Amino acid sequence: MTESPDSQSGFRMPTLTYRVWKVWRRNFDVFMKTIHVNFLPSVLEPILYLVALGLGLGTFVASIEGFSYIQFIAPALIAIAIMYGSFFECTYSSFVRMYFQKTFDAIIATPVSVEEVIAGELVWGATRATINATIVLVVVAAFGLISSPLFPILPLLAFFGGLMFGAIGMCFTALAQNIDFFNYPSFLLITPMFLLSGTFFPLSSLPGPVQTAAVTILPLTHIANLTRGLVLGRIDTFLSLSTETTMLLSIAWISAVTTVFFILSINLMKRKLIR
Amino acid sequence: MLCVVVNEGRSMVSSEALIKAHDLTKKFGNLTAVDHIDFEVYKGECVGFLGPNGAGKTTTVRMIYCFLPLTEGELSVAGMSVSKQSREIKSMVGVAPQEDNLDPDFTVIKNLLVYARYFDIPKTEAAKRAIEGLKFFQLEEKQSVLISELSTGMKRRLILARALINEPQILLLDEPTTGLDPQARHLVWDEVRALRKRGVTIILTTHYMDEAAALCDRILIMDNGKIIEQGQPAELIKKHVGEDVLEVDNDEKLMQALKTEFPDARFETFGDRIHVFTAQPHGVFERFVEKYPYRNITIRNANLEDVFLKLTGRKLRE
Repeated sequence: MTESPDSQSGFRMPTLTYRVWKVWRRNFDVFMKTIHVNFLPSVLEPILYLVALGLGLGTFVASIEGFSYIQFIAPALIAIAIMYGSFFECTYSSFVRMYFQKTFDAIIATPVSVEEVIAGELVWGATRATINATIVLVVVAAFGLISSPLFPILPLLAFFGGLMFGAIGMCFTALAQNIDFFNYPSFLLITPMFLLSGTFFPLSSLPGPVQTAAVTILPLTHIANLTRGLVLGRIDTFLSLSTETTMLLSIAWISAVTTVFFILSINLMKRKLIR
Repeated sequence: MLCVVVNEGRSMVSSEALIKAHDLTKKFGNLTAVDHIDFEVYKGECVGFLGPNGAGKTTTVRMIYCFLPLTEGELSVAGMSVSKQSREIKSMVGVAPQEDNLDPDFTVIKNLLVYARYFDIPKTEAAKRAIEGLKFFQLEEKQSVLISELSTGMKRRLILARALINEPQILLLDEPTTGLDPQARHLVWDEVRALRKRGVTIILTTHYMDEAAALCDRILIMDNGKIIEQGQPAELIKKHVGEDVLEVDNDEKLMQALKTEFPDARFETFGDRIHVFTAQPHGVFERFVEKYPYRNITIRNANLEDVFLKLTGRKLRE
């Protein structure tokens, strides 16, 4: 006798099998069908930012910790691609699949469990983040902006960072009654993160309390911190910690938050789908 | 403990019972959708759940395919408990849900292939079954078309083809013909009959009485979450409404005449028509019609709809 993942109610650790990959594969197949539409914006967007902000605005900005402005923002664009890639996949796109297309209901009638459906969506979100971040990485490399030999680790960071943003997004999907609900996290969480996570200027130029808040509660701060480390070899040390301590802190922060939100989002979605 | 013993005693008698529900209950908050029902479905049988909207038919079906957890009671499929072995049960059941949940991101054939993957069906076998399914449901020409380009009838048939991709022993059809035109309905009926001949056990929900009469060996009538009657369609008609029904325009004088002529009959007035039901055999109404040659008198066979309306009343449910 095997486990019956969906019949057990209450908060619990998800029981996941290889079937997670079947859900992932479904989304991958759809992605591959429209790959040309998927690639173009991912390539164009970082080029626009690098040209407009890096080359344009950058001429008015003094060097930051020895790096030109375009060098400073390039790794942040990778971090933003990770965030956007998975957050929007696991909010708007997952909601459309769940609510309008009833794709989840169809899959749950097969041997795949609800927990595996959600885990598959999260892993797919992480994959989208990895794909998007890798495209931006290639663009950044083409601009000659990579100065650290550690850059090949970036896709791995993108995957785990993507898992984190996807899981946070999935919690909103579990709470959403309609698709307009996502305006709240988009404007109240994603936009502030886009601007305030040490992305376009060093965290240290912000007032002390805002700096502490950014490090404590904004996931993108930690992702941007690490992408900068992997692209430039140097990072903005926050809270007056050493570079190494700051990097370890970011890795620990991301691991903890990803674990918590992964388990939480699956449980919240299960509660929403199984009544 | 006693329940278990009773259940086991029953299973000895009918070793072929494929689905067994005992005291099955489902509550959504304060609403009791399914209220302590017992039923069994035997191997190879086609059983229909009839009932007005909100009777609990869909909820019952959803519990059978482990989509909804039970609130109380027991439900087993092929000897396996729905709350303990959902994976095994789901792999042997085919589900055609009421709503269209085909995957709009894929073509017709890709819908079947992706669905087969969820069941661990190997690629070549899946391709073979997908083509067979499309042939069986006359959708071969549409295989490379997107779902949005299909008509309602084609979507229904594709949902049926998808439900069969895992070669299920049990097929659950939730209102399989709602919204279809008569041609498409009859096509679906023919296909359901063909599946029955293959030995597939079928459970269907419907509120079309002719559908239940045409397809089902046995029907269970549900109302307010309870099973209020069950049996073979013909038996139920005979038991509850007799053989013939006389329909005539509402008229005081005629009503008096009917009441003297048929003292034991049941009269129902619906708007401007009187329906007369009698337990007396075939032919009694003909003599009356000869005696009272009123206009608009119809004698017709009693049907399942008469039974249904008698048992569940005429009040609108929603």
